[in-house]
Amino acid sequence: METDSLVRLLLLLPLAGAVFNGILPLFIPSLRHRETLIGTVGTAVVAVPFLIAAYLFAGFHGEAHVANFYTWMAAGDFSVSFAYRVDQLSLLMTLVVTGVGALIHLYSVGYMHGDPGFWRFFAYLNLFVFAMLNLVLGDNLLVLFLGWEGVGLCSYLLIGFWYTDLKNSAAGNKAFIMNRVGDFAFLLAMFIFVKEIGSLDFARVIAEGPTMDQSTINWAVLLLFIGATGKSAQIPLFTWLPDAMAGPTPVSALIHAATMVTSGLYMLARLSPVVLAAPAIMNVIAIVGALTAIVAATIAITQNDIKKVLAYSTVSQLGYMFVASGVGAFFVAIFHVMTHAFFKGCLFLGSGSVIHGMHHVEHELHKDGHGHHLDPQDMRTMGGLKKYMPSTQKTFLLATLAISGIPLLSGFFSKDEILFKAFEAGTTGMSAAWFAWVVGLVTAFLTAVYMARAYYLTFEGTPRWPHADKLHPHESPWTITTPLWVLGILSVVGGYVGIPAVIGHGEYNLIHHFLAGGHGPVAERAVEAHVSLGTEWGLIVLGSLVAIVGFWTGRRLYLKDGLASDAALASRFGGAWKLWQGKYFVDELYEKIVVRPVIGGAEKAFAPFDKYVVDGMVNAVGYVTRAISYVLRYLQTGLVQSYAVAIVFGVLLVVGMMLFG
Amino acid sequence: MEVTLNWYLTLAAVLFVIGVMGVLLRRNVIVILMSVELMLNAVNLTLVAFSQSMADPAGQILVFFVMSVAAAEAAVGLAIVIAIFRSRLTIDVTDINLFRY
Repeated sequence: METDSLVRLLLLLPLAGAVFNGILPLFIPSLRHRETLIGTVGTAVVAVPFLIAAYLFAGFHGEAHVANFYTWMAAGDFSVSFAYRVDQLSLLMTLVVTGVGALIHLYSVGYMHGDPGFWRFFAYLNLFVFAMLNLVLGDNLLVLFLGWEGVGLCSYLLIGFWYTDLKNSAAGNKAFIMNRVGDFAFLLAMFIFVKEIGSLDFARVIAEGPTMDQSTINWAVLLLFIGATGKSAQIPLFTWLPDAMAGPTPVSALIHAATMVTSGLYMLARLSPVVLAAPAIMNVIAIVGALTAIVAATIAITQNDIKKVLAYSTVSQLGYMFVASGVGAFFVAIFHVMTHAFFKGCLFLGSGSVIHGMHHVEHELHKDGHGHHLDPQDMRTMGGLKKYMPSTQKTFLLATLAISGIPLLSGFFSKDEILFKAFEAGTTGMSAAWFAWVVGLVTAFLTAVYMARAYYLTFEGTPRWPHADKLHPHESPWTITTPLWVLGILSVVGGYVGIPAVIGHGEYNLIHHFLAGGHGPVAERAVEAHVSLGTEWGLIVLGSLVAIVGFWTGRRLYLKDGLASDAALASRFGGAWKLWQGKYFVDELYEKIVVRPVIGGAEKAFAPFDKYVVDGMVNAVGYVTRAISYVLRYLQTGLVQSYAVAIVFGVLLVVGMMLFG
Repeated sequence: MEVTLNWYLTLAAVLFVIGVMGVLLRRNVIVILMSVELMLNAVNLTLVAFSQSMADPAGQILVFFVMSVAAAEAAVGLAIVIAIFRSRLTIDVTDINLFRY
């Protein structure tokens, strides 16, 4: 079938790219420096799948198509296939993954130029896209899990990409280990489905999952959610994501903002009918999402590293998406995943462009022998970049306005829809939704403030790096600015697929019709009483006001005063500011209650176990062998004739048996 | 009195047992090698005898193979004996026991 072979091609191209960029240069070292070749192949194997996905999308008629390639494993009644599902949800995710992915690959060609690990980088990136496509296209939980682990591996490899710095490797380890905690819960959830339903296929899990008894459903959904908190960086497993910024910036944009971290949301949306059957756990999801949103937003205000601000912003926005899932509006979560991929991708790539420019300044400083140490990611040494990097500044501003929720930009539509859904769920008797709504509104304000802070500290005001009169950064090459512009424009127009219901009674909310309405795969919470049109308009105005006031506050604080405002705020908020700056000391807490006890416990409890039990078993094998050989070794006389006697007796025995036996 | 097949076989068996006893009991490596030759020739005798009585030349052809292999074996065996003698000044098998426990 045509669709089958297209899906096959879609999946295998990035894998082929990974092999070409990763395996071949391993054996042919001269290939490693062919940046044009590697960059072209690496980008093409993601761009072509995007075209394929667009073709499938254009020809999609609303019927889910399952491409079953072969049976992976079968045992009794249980079997798992390498089957891939093409439907509204997976198509949309595939478009985002390959579209944003292709742009970021193109960007990487410019950003990674001259890096000795250029080939390795593209190999990992292609492998990541392959794993991510497995994740979003898989038709059963196990293929999803395969992709889930695959993206985790690639994330680990790319966070620790510059592995010669121990700090980066440690960040990679942290991400990997924290994800294991979530993955363990995910595995347990799968075990529940296997035990209760006997299948991991989405069709059966969705059909039969809600018919399990209530406590089983609750456990399954809770475990799924814990799995999602690991991958999507929610409380309590969120601390790995800010550290993951140790990786190259395109990685932060692709993996840690646009795609991988949203896979938890995708998984919940995919299994939405099962999640909806566990209202108690949905409360938990909404509350955890809201708490994460506000915790991360408050931290983001105090950070000075431009990538850290964006990282905490990502955690916060992911919290928003979980609020949407928690109040049963899964399609809105996916909507926000999409718009977030646009504006956060643009912001990260913009920050990468800035870092690229500041690296140049640092390099020049070194060359002139000024001996200044300049952290190219520290916003305190930036300022006034508007003049030198116009494209970066314009696109960054567009994305900043979008994420802040300024009306008529993409972030406004998706964020407002989340808040509206939370409000709606609140009025229909879901108490946690009220909490989520209030916290979400406060977070929206904070989001606008910290994004305005990041923008004004970086691009406006006067330059703060040393010798700014003589040295300044340059605008990045076209490979970097093109993706910036594409994503910047998408940040503006990307929201119009989800026009709120106040206009035309939801007729123009295309994403709702596509994902949830009619035959769409995403379920939603049934709403008994609709919110009146007036209230809805009121909410929209309120949301817009919060965003505008927030951004205006940030502008007033940071446009003229710059860093002085940080000091003023720090003294105004005192202890709270310190708490935010210290990231709520969660890392320190985990160090105290998890890391140290585990290491200490291992030293105290497991070192003797290792020494006496494990080593003892190994040694016992040796002792027994030696004891037996102590007796048997007397056979080994070293005299040829005694062996010959044995042979003769053996021959006599055999001949005797043949004659008389 | 006719020389029947049994006579040949008996002679071959006697020669073979003498060879086995030589291998097992003598200490001189050269004598042991000669005893091995004796065993091989006992087998050759059997082959020729059967070949004659069954009118099948295959047995005699096989004898040529055995003889050529025996020649090669003797050459290699004697070379080893010379090598051992040069280093240890003995060809007594009870003294050559490097693989003892």
